[in-house]
Amino acid sequence: MTANTTRREFLRAGALAGGTVLLGFHLPVAARAAKTNSATGDAFAPNAFIRIDKQGTVTLIIPQVEMGQGIYTGLSMILAEELDAGWDKVRVEHAPPNEKLYANPIFFIQATGGSTSVRAFWKPLRIAGASARALLVAAAAQRWGVGAEACRTADGTVTHAPSGRSLPYAVLVEEASRLTLPNPPSLKDHSNFTLIGKPLKRLDTPDKVNGKAIYGIDAMPAGVKFAALSICPVFGGKVGHVDDTAARKLAGVRQIVVLDDYVAVVADHTWAAKQGLAALEIQWDEGPHAHLDTEQVWHELRAAGEESGVVAKTTGDVAKGLGTGVRLNAAYELPFLAHAQMEPLNCTVHVKPDSCEVWVGSQILARAQSVAATASGLPVEKVTVHNHLIGGGFGRRLEVDMVERAVRIAKQVDGPVKVTWSREEDIQHDVYRPVYRNVMSASVADGKVVGWSHRIVGSSVIARWLPPAFQKGIDIDAVDSAVDIPYDFPNLQVEYRRAEPPGVPTGFWRGVGPNSNVFAIESFMDELAHQAGKDPVAFRREQLTNTPRLQAAIDLAASKAGWGQPLPPRTGLGICAQTSFGSYIATVAEVAVTDLGVVRVKRIVTAVDSGIVVNPDSVIAQLQGGLIFGLTAALFGEVTLKNGRVEQSNFHNYRVLRINEIPPIEVHLIPSTEPPGGIGETGTTAAPPAVGNAIYAATGVRLRRLPIDPKLLVKS
Amino acid sequence: MINLHINGESLSVPVSDDTPLLWVLRDVLGLTGTKFGCGIAQCGACTVHLDGKPIRSCVTPVGSIGNGAITTIEAIGTTTPGRKIQQAWLNLEVIQCGYCQSGQIMSATALLAGKPDPTDADIDAAMAGNICRCGTYHRIRAAIKKAAHS
Repeated sequence: MTANTTRREFLRAGALAGGTVLLGFHLPVAARAAKTNSATGDAFAPNAFIRIDKQGTVTLIIPQVEMGQGIYTGLSMILAEELDAGWDKVRVEHAPPNEKLYANPIFFIQATGGSTSVRAFWKPLRIAGASARALLVAAAAQRWGVGAEACRTADGTVTHAPSGRSLPYAVLVEEASRLTLPNPPSLKDHSNFTLIGKPLKRLDTPDKVNGKAIYGIDAMPAGVKFAALSICPVFGGKVGHVDDTAARKLAGVRQIVVLDDYVAVVADHTWAAKQGLAALEIQWDEGPHAHLDTEQVWHELRAAGEESGVVAKTTGDVAKGLGTGVRLNAAYELPFLAHAQMEPLNCTVHVKPDSCEVWVGSQILARAQSVAATASGLPVEKVTVHNHLIGGGFGRRLEVDMVERAVRIAKQVDGPVKVTWSREEDIQHDVYRPVYRNVMSASVADGKVVGWSHRIVGSSVIARWLPPAFQKGIDIDAVDSAVDIPYDFPNLQVEYRRAEPPGVPTGFWRGVGPNSNVFAIESFMDELAHQAGKDPVAFRREQLTNTPRLQAAIDLAASKAGWGQPLPPRTGLGICAQTSFGSYIATVAEVAVTDLGVVRVKRIVTAVDSGIVVNPDSVIAQLQGGLIFGLTAALFGEVTLKNGRVEQSNFHNYRVLRINEIPPIEVHLIPSTEPPGGIGETGTTAAPPAVGNAIYAATGVRLRRLPIDPKLLVKS
Repeated sequence: MINLHINGESLSVPVSDDTPLLWVLRDVLGLTGTKFGCGIAQCGACTVHLDGKPIRSCVTPVGSIGNGAITTIEAIGTTTPGRKIQQAWLNLEVIQCGYCQSGQIMSATALLAGKPDPTDADIDAAMAGNICRCGTYHRIRAAIKKAAHS
């Protein structure tokens, strides 16, 4: 899969570098208003995001996909706030694939990821809402023969107070449709927000308690058949020979489809397809990675880490800085991870001679359409993609391999076919969070870092996924949170050394590049603090004089967690401070370690300044869930290889935290009037270093590798 | 043909008796509220009730069900504990992606039906078989308690 790449994409993605998203993109919303405004009079559709019908129903077309983060509600709140639509009149519709209208202004492709949705659409959607509101006001003012400035709006109604007249938006639909906006609309002052900042109920959840919500896996086009697939268990291998004699005899089995590196069985229902698959005798041509194992991957990565990389950031004179004070060297390593989203990969496709219809839940809709076009051999305009609710994305559905594989099966099937991956195929043919090695060196003098060197060694997801953004050998995601480290270090160098693991596909995983960098930086900061004899909280805080928002988060988290108070033996507190995704977050974990090395996370306290909060309840939910996602990674997460195969296969050997294993989590939001920051991934990046540092405080053992190895923590 | 009693209806389905109930519900009957998650009774996404008791439909062959009454997420709201659980789930905004929540609600409803005022230990015991990857566990616990006292 390759992205359609343009210079604009590069510019957008380039804006991500340094973790600071530059919202300097142009805003097509207002400019588009005159062109796309409905002239039919049936509905008022002043831009691609809003449609108001004559019954007063306000349909908001949401460009970002709903995968549990609450984005249908959050983005609707932003639109409805500026539109002054009555919240009870709002309905949500998902945007179709259309990069011209619905591209994420940060990536410039239609993608939901990187904790960007609110950051990217905050301004465009406010303008979209305010533009529509201004047209409705103009229509009312025209009808009444009064000045627009004398009119007010609230709850889907325009009011002219001096004359006591008012009209609902529904009545103004036709007239507003004929108007154009002479000037850019003015946006509300924060103090006048009526929806933003309130914990409004989510729009997507009522249908999720009664089985009515339709995910991609639930799509049931008439006459659909069901397929199960088996992909060559060795990365890069192919199908050798298939004996389908037994499978064909099974009741319900309709068709066997053999492709280059996978085989599918099409049947009357998924169980028959699975039975058919089990009855196949497949000989694989295992290819060049038949003997690949985890040790080889690490051997190659560590060797690459001995070589210098491309310099991604330099401040001051790092050689001079490192030559001063007391020096410490350390390397931090993170394993491959699978996404293990609850909804296994699936895609339903109907290929006809002149069209292709796709039902899927995707984080990257237009690319799904594009790959379906390529795989079906049809022009892209002949491909219809029905997007669905996503049963967990976490980055896995930023890939379109499941779409491509399903289309290639469907090309050989008469009628629609639903391809559902088994959990085992899902885990063993994931696009994995890369293995990373962080080679760190720093010097401390007078309690402060005077030299800092960070070499990031790992796969470049960006080079494959968004090639125009991979410039000069630097993966802007892999260095995110490292090149924009918040500490006031006078001499600093960050290098990126690309190292692709043999055979193993790598991709985005909740927390993306900062997962690796925040773990390395915040673990190393802890080591440096202890070496310097400084309190880890004070050590950080004193070196954040340019970042008062993070200082404030640290103070709040430390205070709420009872930092500095005496604790029982083998119990400790650890802190992590970070500025990832445009938010300022400090997290304290309390950990107890048994004499046998079992780690019990007893409590997590996190304090976050993420700018203006659109829906505080959604933000709290994202932090609770993000922290648990990160805890799972810290405690259990590792994908290993043997003979070219992933050794894990299902939830019994790729464990995730369960309800009886989670600590209490406290989330404290810091009020702010700054623009919104990203939130979906901050908890995930925070948990592992906070827990690792707490383990050190509890045991004196420093863990430089994830997942946590209890064998290293046995009391001696 | 297998005869089944699902959500108060009696049905005959043309499948072999070793077919797991999950695939009959989803693929044959179109009751897609019950979810496939793992296929080996490790995640609980496929939880339904057999005579009021939670079972993993992905490992329950339809031939083993006999005359038992199956209840799925589509009908759980017709029971008092089911309705209370659904309402508490919405009141406390438990849900994120929602994919696991059919199974969570079925397990929680069975718990509440048997133990009207469950302790934390009861909740752990009843709910530990249901994985949520979004991490909604705190709210699940709180919502079960809220439903118990509603």
